[in-house]
Amino acid sequence: MKRVPVVLTLTLIIIWLLLNGTASPGSILLGVILAVLLMLAASQFRPVRPRLRRLYLVVPLFFHVVVDVVRSNIGVARIVLGMVSRDQVRSGFLDVPLDLRDPHGLAILAAIITSTPGTAWADLSADGATLTLHVLDLKDEAEWIRIIKYRYESPLRRIFE
Amino acid sequence: MSDLPLWATLPATVLLVAGGLFALTGALGLLRLPDFFSRMHGPSMGNTIGCGCVLIASMLTASAVTGRLAIHEPLITLFIVVSSPVTSMLLMRAARYRDRARNAVRPGRAPESTDD
Repeated sequence: MKRVPVVLTLTLIIIWLLLNGTASPGSILLGVILAVLLMLAASQFRPVRPRLRRLYLVVPLFFHVVVDVVRSNIGVARIVLGMVSRDQVRSGFLDVPLDLRDPHGLAILAAIITSTPGTAWADLSADGATLTLHVLDLKDEAEWIRIIKYRYESPLRRIFE
Repeated sequence: MSDLPLWATLPATVLLVAGGLFALTGALGLLRLPDFFSRMHGPSMGNTIGCGCVLIASMLTASAVTGRLAIHEPLITLFIVVSSPVTSMLLMRAARYRDRARNAVRPGRAPESTDD
């Protein structure tokens, strides 16, 4: 007997209630029915079930990401508007050694990296050990690797692995 | 806008202007940055902070108009965050594939990311 994906079902119910904007008994009932049906349908397509642990780590991770999104937006805006002289900006590819293997963790890492302007996911090596990023302002490679590994990867590993 | 209370109007206005400016800067980046891979970073500004500012402004005004907390805007954020990596990765990988193919056709050239 496979484990029932509780988190998925609950998330679907919450999305349904948020979309409806009400929490009336009728919409809750309909939401539960829909969520269970969708969960049953989707479980055929998800061979790997996430095992969430240490969920409290999501909160600091979330705030780190929000701060980094705002910061990197300002950084990219400065470059675009020419507040940083062109010859100081060196953009290029950066290889980050990666220990995270869980596909759900990788998906969230991809969402974080895409959401921060200034970094874009370029490639993941076939063995999953090297993540290639394109960084707009590649001044300090070690600093970028440190941010990816300690700010994002290590909490994700502790949550998903 | 006259029937909106000031506590909603003021921050919403500031957020809308800020979000619009960030999105405009992102579009400008699409125009000004030198190569394809750099240009990937411009539009994501509109996707993140531009969109975020507009959504918070929308939450403020909708809450003020209806008199109860409007909370379905975070869902829009969720859908954007979930879907944007797909297009971003697709574009990046296509461009890298194209560059590799070009450099293979014309050997001896330094690897470059060329303009369209």
